Amino acid sequence: MKFPRHLLSIGDLSRESATALLDTAAELARISDGQIKKLPTLRGRTVVNLFFEDSTRTRISFETAAKRLSADVINFVAKGSSVSKGESLKDTALTLQAMGADAVIIRHHASGAPQRLADAGWIAGPVINAGDGTHEHPTQALLDAFTIRHHLAKDRGTLDGLEIAIVGDILHSRVARSNIFLLSMLGAKVTVIAPATLLPVGIESWPCSISYDLDDSIEKFDAIMALRIQRERMEQAFFPSEREYSRHYGLNGDRLSRLKSGAILLHPGPMNRGVEIDAKSADSVRSVIVDQVTNGVFVRMAVLYLLLSGSPANLAEEVKG
Amino acid sequence: MTRIVLAREEISRAVRRISHEILERNKGADSLLLLGIPTRGVLLAQRIQAEIAAIEGKEVALGSLDITLHRDDLRLRAPRPLHRTEIPTGGIEGRDVVLIDDVFFSGRTIRAALDALGELGRPATVQLAVLIDRGHRELPIRADFVGKNLPTSRSEQVKVQLEPIDSEDGVVLEG
Repeated sequence: MKFPRHLLSIGDLSRESATALLDTAAELARISDGQIKKLPTLRGRTVVNLFFEDSTRTRISFETAAKRLSADVINFVAKGSSVSKGESLKDTALTLQAMGADAVIIRHHASGAPQRLADAGWIAGPVINAGDGTHEHPTQALLDAFTIRHHLAKDRGTLDGLEIAIVGDILHSRVARSNIFLLSMLGAKVTVIAPATLLPVGIESWPCSISYDLDDSIEKFDAIMALRIQRERMEQAFFPSEREYSRHYGLNGDRLSRLKSGAILLHPGPMNRGVEIDAKSADSVRSVIVDQVTNGVFVRMAVLYLLLSGSPANLAEEVKG
Repeated sequence: MTRIVLAREEISRAVRRISHEILERNKGADSLLLLGIPTRGVLLAQRIQAEIAAIEGKEVALGSLDITLHRDDLRLRAPRPLHRTEIPTGGIEGRDVVLIDDVFFSGRTIRAALDALGELGRPATVQLAVLIDRGHRELPIRADFVGKNLPTSRSEQVKVQLEPIDSEDGVVLEG
């Protein structure tokens, strides 16, 4: 099995490497649960958080993961930095390389920016996509898959046959895109549920079914993931009003009571309580939203460990035992 | 060239002798904690536990210690997934820990294991049991219990095969 050099999209992973990554994260979770809080694995390596878009939780999650593996972390936030003075991505990358960055975690508002960074050869180390435009957010999908596997498929390794719904703004959501590809690769049956205005063109060719009605089939799902409705979308008339969206697609007490026994609710955060999910659902025993945050650290530790161990020369080498 | 160094019966004799030596050195089984290093060290640890149970009639504590995250050659090798670390409840504090591995070579695995133990607590003593000591130490580390001392050249490979991971028990020298 091979691990990719960079993690830019779910397409970089195979079913085997994704499973090995989730297994590694599970082992990291197990040992971190005991006495070991800090591991020496990445001592002396420098990881840069290059964030062109605000995202406190993703940045903190990566930072925590890197620090638990003893890496040094540099946070480069575009706001108030040289970028706001007009520096190009290339010059920023060359600067980071000159400072000795061993890996770059990038969040960018433009789809494809991490790909550009990885392909251009400005940076020697691995590039990890922490969300780019409306393209992908692979570590979020990995932590969602990890959380679903932990709750519904303990130690089974696959999500074969699980019914998973992703509800909301599929059109603008990189979280949805990464999740559809990863969850289906791991064997789950994914259904996207949204108003037609929030579905991307060409979604028929994606590995998922499409539904416009949440109430139609809510009883069949093992996991339901509600996506954040971003405020700016509400002003662009993708749906008539917040209340109407909430009535048709929001998770609420009534829908909660119709769920299959053992079903779980996910949300990538930050939540708009009362829009895509109400307080009763978010705080119910079904909700694994807090677990998602905890698991995010373990998944990102696994990503950093697997991408940063090994030098470029032997990355192509097969992994044994 | 391939040569069989230890056959099935010789492995079980070596394991039995090591088990007696561990009991003798530690004056019984009460404070012992056997920690196998994955993957085949764990199988050896299970066998030593079974031998000790047969001799003393007591089940000694058993666990596994994956040292991957503590290796000093992570940058030189392809990335590898982790093995299981399983520390019995009660931890290692104050115990007589016996690390168990199949082949003792450079000593770097054991150095990493000592580092990993340091993260978990402070054992009373740490001892080392290995099935094969093939020499070529790169660090000042020695084994307390050895199944067989096997002089080798660096270019040779020692393969320990143990059931049920392998189809049959045996130690083979290749190269």
